[in-house]
Amino acid sequence: MKHKGQNVYMVSGGVTKFSKATPEMDFRLRVKKAFDYAVNDIHLDLKDIDGSVASYFSDHFQRQLMSGIMVQDYLGLTPKPSKRIEGGGATGGLAFQTGYEEVASGRMDVCAVYGFETMSHVNTWKGNEFIALASDTNFDYPVGGFYTGYYAMMAVRHMHEFGTTVEQLAKVSIKNHGNAMHNPYAQSPMKLTVEDVRNSPMVSYPLTRLDVCTMSDGAAVAILASEDKAFELTDHPVLVKSIGTGTDTMRLSDRPFLKVPLLANEKESDYRNLKYPGVHSFRAGRTAAKEAYDAAGITDPLNEIDLVELHDAYTSSEVQTYEDLGLCRYGEGGSFVEEGKSALNGKVPVNPSGGLLASGHPVGATGIMQSVFMFWQLQHSIKKHFKDDTLQVKNAKRGLIHSHAGTGTYVTVSVMEAVR
Amino acid sequence: MTIDYDAKMPETQDGTEVYNVDPLIVKSHYEIDYIHSYAQDSEFFRALGKKKLMGSKCRKCGYTYATPRGHCMMCGSETDWYELPNEGRVHTYTTCYFGSEKFLPETPFNLIMVEFEGVDSLFMARLIGADQEDIKIGMKVRAKFRRNLQISPTDVYFVPAKE
Repeated sequence: MKHKGQNVYMVSGGVTKFSKATPEMDFRLRVKKAFDYAVNDIHLDLKDIDGSVASYFSDHFQRQLMSGIMVQDYLGLTPKPSKRIEGGGATGGLAFQTGYEEVASGRMDVCAVYGFETMSHVNTWKGNEFIALASDTNFDYPVGGFYTGYYAMMAVRHMHEFGTTVEQLAKVSIKNHGNAMHNPYAQSPMKLTVEDVRNSPMVSYPLTRLDVCTMSDGAAVAILASEDKAFELTDHPVLVKSIGTGTDTMRLSDRPFLKVPLLANEKESDYRNLKYPGVHSFRAGRTAAKEAYDAAGITDPLNEIDLVELHDAYTSSEVQTYEDLGLCRYGEGGSFVEEGKSALNGKVPVNPSGGLLASGHPVGATGIMQSVFMFWQLQHSIKKHFKDDTLQVKNAKRGLIHSHAGTGTYVTVSVMEAVR
Repeated sequence: MTIDYDAKMPETQDGTEVYNVDPLIVKSHYEIDYIHSYAQDSEFFRALGKKKLMGSKCRKCGYTYATPRGHCMMCGSETDWYELPNEGRVHTYTTCYFGSEKFLPETPFNLIMVEFEGVDSLFMARLIGADQEDIKIGMKVRAKFRRNLQISPTDVYFVPAKE
């Protein structure tokens, strides 16, 4: 994969507080609020924006096709170029990368990437049905029709393959809900114990209510710019160093049993008896990481990445993703969280914002929210935006954001770096 | 000329259900029947009526799928239908205590991924006749078929089988 093109910087971001339902605002106003926050933070003029990317997942939630153009219209960005990007849970990450491509290609100097989802127009179980329509509707939806069920089967196999425990999964929930106590944008800050997580209602064995993220209304905006424009607009732009994207089969049933695609810090002998990805791991996540690492020259992710915002729609997927990203070997994800390596004060803080589990998951906004939180971390401006600097990762110089669609069908990894 | 200066819309009583007035929140109903074709996968559903579970086998590279798949993901060649064994083993499982609205009335239900000997990929199905605590990875299961078809992948389901 060739990565040639202009340098791309993130220059500003904005997020609305994610919540279960905000009927007093529609999706256009919600994006407008996040957009104005981003625009005002660097005194950007609408005239400076060359075009945009719209990020939203489901047309079912609002029963409104072409919601993207309605936002473009409301923001005052017509008649500039824009397009809608969709790829399930990874919609936000894919849209962020599309914005990157608009700037890297030289087509745009400034690109606004806006994401949103309004999930409160239907009840939680209808919402789960809409999300399940993003599984194969001939073969998987009629049998299970429930994404938590699919991820639960992956978690059970991960536990069987590697000895991962439900208590280790619970540690992810405790960490992320705990971090969110200091994030004013988060939907579900909570102080939890292993008992709280295990005693909450079982959704799909082994995942309880507190192992699973919630439905949310929300919006997020990232402003990307070329090098010349970035330093004109702000003294503290953040470089988007590289991007990577991977895919896998829609049906879990079709996942093959092959060899692990190795990262620079792994050897074939590490995985002598492991059939990969099967249903225990996300091959798309590994593929995305490998592309992004190769382009950024990362050969030792654990020591070369300072913090990570990853797609923890389920506690199990956070554990699986540590391994895909090479923060530890396949099979070590459970002990990685148990030993506190992903804690706020750990070796590589993972989801210091609270992640999807605690911040919320308004699908189209989620991947962009991650970029905004990472941008603030790398700018060292968490205190300014959160009015609390507890979550500011002290040595934050290089961060990784990771967005993920249903059972790992689309996964994006983007590497971001502080430049001054 | 058809200009009518006293034109008036007829009054009806099919009003709207209101949940709240500030902001104004109303009920919006939506329903649709699709004319859905199973297209190249039709044989799979027809075979279930003959109590046969059909998978796909690549003509060129021989990769075997426990699912219907017109073309091979390994080499891009066409596949042929072939009959899967009636028995397999649980590769992984879960029990769903909640679900999508459509399936909520059926909870709790078990989902399994079945592995068949000599077949390269898995098959997802419901397992009945066992509670969550009874299900184990590696457990032997047997395919059963509905007599009255629903023309759905749930026309085949699995039950525990004796070793």
